Formats: sequence, C-alpha cells, structure tokens
Amino acid sequence: MTNPIEIKKLTVAYDKTAVLKDIQFSVPKGSLTAIIGPNGAGKSTLIKAILGLIPKVSGDIKIYGKPYRAKDRLVGYVPQRGSVDWDFPTSALDVVLMGRYGHIGWFKRPGKEDMALAKESLKKVGMDAYANRQISQLSGGQQQRVFLARALVQDAQVYFMDEPFVGVDAATEKAIIQLLTDLKDQGKTVIVVHHDLQTVEEYFDHCILLNKEVIASGVTEEVFTLEQLHQTYGGKLAFLDKGKVMVEQTR
Amino acid sequence: MEQIGQMLLAANTQWVLIGTLLLGLASGILGSFALLRKQSLIGDAVAHAALPGICIGFMLTGERSLIILLIGATVTGLLAAYCIQYIASASILKEDTAICLILSTFFGVGIVLLTKVQQMPSGNKSGLDSFIFGQAAGMVSSDVKLMAGAAALLLIVTIIFFKEFKLITFDAEFAKGLGLPVSALNFLFMTLLVAVVVIGIQAVGVILMAALLITPAISARYWTNSLSKMVMISGLFGAISGVIGTLISSLDRGIPTGPFIVVTATIIFILSILFAPARGIITLKIKRRMTNHQLLREQGQVK
Repeated sequence: MTNPIEIKKLTVAYDKTAVLKDIQFSVPKGSLTAIIGPNGAGKSTLIKAILGLIPKVSGDIKIYGKPYRAKDRLVGYVPQRGSVDWDFPTSALDVVLMGRYGHIGWFKRPGKEDMALAKESLKKVGMDAYANRQISQLSGGQQQRVFLARALVQDAQVYFMDEPFVGVDAATEKAIIQLLTDLKDQGKTVIVVHHDLQTVEEYFDHCILLNKEVIASGVTEEVFTLEQLHQTYGGKLAFLDKGKVMVEQTR
Repeated sequence: MEQIGQMLLAANTQWVLIGTLLLGLASGILGSFALLRKQSLIGDAVAHAALPGICIGFMLTGERSLIILLIGATVTGLLAAYCIQYIASASILKEDTAICLILSTFFGVGIVLLTKVQQMPSGNKSGLDSFIFGQAAGMVSSDVKLMAGAAALLLIVTIIFFKEFKLITFDAEFAKGLGLPVSALNFLFMTLLVAVVVIGIQAVGVILMAALLITPAISARYWTNSLSKMVMISGLFGAISGVIGTLISSLDRGIPTGPFIVVTATIIFILSILFAPARGIITLKIKRRMTNHQLLREQGQVK
C-alpha cells in the first residue's frame, strides 16, 4: 500500500542558502507524527514546502502516491495562529466556513450543508457556544480551536498542523489531543510541528527529528532517544531529573 | 432652496448624482478590502500617479476624450502600483518608503506635464486642472454615463469574487493551501482598485480620491464586526458622501466636488468614532457610567 506522505530528496532555499537539505521520509497511514527540532531548523518551512506554499529547489513530494495538488483536497492545513490578523471583522463560524471554500467552488455562497458541517466541526472542538463571537474576542486557545475546526471541515485525509500547542491553555491542549486521536481512529494521517519535548512520547507514535536535514525519522520509541536528540539540538539540550529533557528556549 | 429644486430637475444633474452615488458605493466597498489588506496608501499613490497619464493622453491626442485620458491614467496608475511592489520586494526599502517615493515622483511629473499642457493653445481650455480637485458637476453626460457604468461593473465583479477576496485578505496562505489562484486574485483586486480610483478622479480629483476609498471603510469598521456588513455600510457611507459632495458643488460654478465629498465622509467618520454602538468613544463612556452607577446602587451607596 502506498504511504500517504512520501518525500524524496527535497531541498528548499531562501535566497542562496539551503534551509532544508535532501529531506527524505515517509509517514504511514493513520499515524500521528511530530516534527521536532530547534528554532530555525526549518520545521514550518518543511510543511509549507510540502503544501507548495513556498517554492522548492528540487525534490519529489507524493501524497497517496500522486504529486501534491491542492485540488485533490487530500490535505488539510492548520497554519500558525500568529499568521493572521485576528482583528479581521468576522465570526468564529465564518472562519470555519472558509475551510469549505474548496468544496463550494467559484461564484457560489456557502449552503445549508456547509453551515451544518461548520457548526458540527465547532462542536467537535468544544466551541459551539462561540460560533457568532467576533474572533478578536476569543482567547488564544479558542482561536487555535477555531483553526482546527476549519481544517476539520476540509474533510481531508492528511493534516498538517503548525505548532497548534503554542500558547494554549490546558483545556485546549486536551481538546487538541482528543481531536488528533479521533482523526487517527478514522484512519487519517496527522503531522504536527511540535515544540514541547516532554509530551512527544505521550502524544505521538511517530517522529521526525529535523535540523535542516532529517536526523532521524520513524517510530517514536526508536527515534526519540537522547543520542538522536543531542545530534538534533546540538548543545542546546538541558537535562532534568528522571531522564527528562528540555530545550533551552532562545526565543 | 429654489435653486436646489431646479438643479435636481435638470437631467444632467440627475445623471451626475447617480454617477457619484455608484462611484461612492464602489469605492466604499473596494476600500473596505484595501483597508483590511493594509493597502490604503497604495490607493493614494495610484490616484496621484494617474495625473501624468491624463496629461500624456491629452498631449498625444490633442483633445479631451475621457476614454483616452482614463486609459492614460490607468497605465501610469498601474505602473506606479507595480513599481511600489517591485521596490518593496526587490530592494532594501520598505513599502512605506517606496509609496512615498513613487507618489511624489509621479505626481511631480504630472504637475510638470500639466503646466506644459496649459501652455499649449488647445490646453488652457481643456480643463485638465479640474482633475486635481475634481469637478463632478461640470461633467458632460457621456462622461458621467461612462463613470456610472464602470462603477456598476466594478461592483458586480467584487460581489462575484466576494468569498475569494475575503479569504485571501484574511489568510492568503490557507487560500493557497485550498488551491485558490492567490496571485491571480491579488492581481484582479489590484486592477479593480486601480480602476475605481481612475474612474473617480474626474469627479473627486487625484489628491482626494484616496479619502473616498478609505474614510467610508474606517467609519464602517466602527459599526460592525462582520465583513459583509462592513462592506455594505462602507458602500452606503461612500454613496452618501458622493451625493452630498456633488450637491454642494453643483450650487455654483467653481466649487470643487472632491473636497466636499471628503468633508462629508469625514463628518460621517467623526460621528462613527464618537457614537457607534459598542465601539464609539462617547457610547463607551455613557455605558461605563451607567454600569458604575448600577454597581454603586447595588452596594447601597447611591439611592
């Protein structure tokens, strides 16, 4: 069976310096994969390159065995929360509806079915009570859940999420994890850019360790080892008791 | 009063009013998007950059044909818009610097050319100088119909692509991820923006056209948190400004239209910032005082 995501020899450059070199990995169906690496390792860049949001220098990207095309609607995307202006005059429900635009097509307005799907999706992330709230009046965690709901209505097979856990409250973190597990149970594949090394083993069954190139990728138990982490983070790892690791945040 | 009554009966005035109403509507609606896309200043630069195009159009043909003048205005307006985007992306200069540079350069050249045109034998009667502050009342009927038709067309295109414009304005990356042709849509929007500025300059003038684009939009933002409502309110404010400005300037010869349209739009803006429900400064003050009073009463400190 073909893997949902198959990346071969992907290289991406800004100006003349390569940010991603010779990236190669594949992700099996129904897996939850974390992309881990230090700041500037090219984690977001990797997602954007796969989605064709930024040009690649070379490489082969296959989604379910075919070159990636947005039209096929196989891929859902949750960008970083900070990438949009939350003062935009729109409601939570309206943002979720945007996830349907690919299905609705040109010249048409969202219909009853789209509306129902969007509401259902808001319910799944526990935000149905906030459907008509202006988005600037939502907390960071609630905004993140709206973004997740928008990706859900895309009804995709593969999901890419860029740091969904950053700056969210405990309730939202739980809601996101529940959602990821649901997606996995439905046989969908999820790839998440992740920062918190302490929760990797608990949340994800697969890992990609990235620092401009792939240091290691595969099943979490095999990949997520101290030695490999050292190699990924260089000297920036600090150790805590009981074998726990944490990264010195340089932000 | 009698004067206004007579004026309103004149067929040409009615056309001019319909024209400025549609123009205000279209520019209010496109202005809302321009404001949210943080492109307000580009509209201003495009309007100023239209002046050299108008003069070149006149110099090449030697007559005052509105179509030719507007084509000239579109060419230099678009050129300015692309120069700004090119400078901002390809050099170390930031966008605001690029806008400032391009706006003043193009407008300066425009004034030089206008001086030249007025020295030409046919030029001093051309009335090209009315393009600086706008003269809606003096527009001939065919010009007004052209403006009204073009404004109506722009409105229709914007309504057709409303959903797509909304998405690329809020989250262009997500739009790209959905497979929307974001660059083509950006280009389409830029073209609509340039078009509304260009058709408006005869009535409103190159210097103040940007105000008709942006002032109704910022006023509308105070009244609502929904994009579709903001766009409608902004269109309404634009239309009101256009009509009132035109009425005032029709009262006598030599009263420019643009400044009065802008003054009207500004009055609407001041009323919005003070009294809009939920956001107006005075509305908020009154609300706060009422809640404070109620709290004190509950605590038994006031009767």
